Amino acid sequence: MSTAPTPRPGQPARPKYYDLSLAHLPPPGLVSIFHRISGLLLFFPILPALLYGLQETLNSPEGFARWQQLIARPGVKLIALVVVWAYAHHFFAGIRFLLLDMHIGIAKPPARASAVTVLILGVLATLVVAWRIW
Amino acid sequence: MKPYTKTPVGAHYGTSGFLLQRFTAVVMALYTLGLFVCLAWHGPASYADWKALFAGAFMRVATMLFFVALLGHAWIGMRDIFMDYVKPMGLRLTLQFAVVVALLFYLVWAASILWGR
Repeated sequence: MSTAPTPRPGQPARPKYYDLSLAHLPPPGLVSIFHRISGLLLFFPILPALLYGLQETLNSPEGFARWQQLIARPGVKLIALVVVWAYAHHFFAGIRFLLLDMHIGIAKPPARASAVTVLILGVLATLVVAWRIW
Repeated sequence: MKPYTKTPVGAHYGTSGFLLQRFTAVVMALYTLGLFVCLAWHGPASYADWKALFAGAFMRVATMLFFVALLGHAWIGMRDIFMDYVKPMGLRLTLQFAVVVALLFYLVWAASILWGR
């Protein structure tokens, strides 16, 4: 953790600067921050939404039919793709982190290659589902 | 002179959380693969198929295991996010408390969906 340097007496406090752009991050950095963001999204709102869906589709044939109609709407399909990407990216990035924890592929070139692979697999899984539901 | 022998690595307070997050990840990854193969093999097209999928004792227990693992996994994961981005301790603990309550709510909800009908 870094702390800002204390301003010298008589001088104004230095401005804080946060680089929030993700475009400059190398692939492993992108995998990491997307793993965080997707994990947060999975906790809320994706998980309660899926639990509600599971409850409604299992409860009655009417509920099942209602959710079938719901998922057929283009806007809902797009939301579903976000859910698929979040789950797929979290899944693949998680497997990469488990391998890194076991010191597999921990050198810079393989770590970078696996990061690119994870990013591609997440998008690829989303595209496959997109192709299946459209 | 006596050599310095104490290993300066802390008290390992974080190790159990670290391991819990990895173990629960493996449980959920296996469930995910199993469910994926199951759905890809015979996609449940009707309500009867869908209900039958979650009717078996094995599927119910496996799904319940998934949600128990998720409780531990998201507990640690959300805690890590709060520890990095939320500095005021009161706010951080309040958020963490809300997460734990939500996760327990999810767990009981999942149990009631699987067995409550």
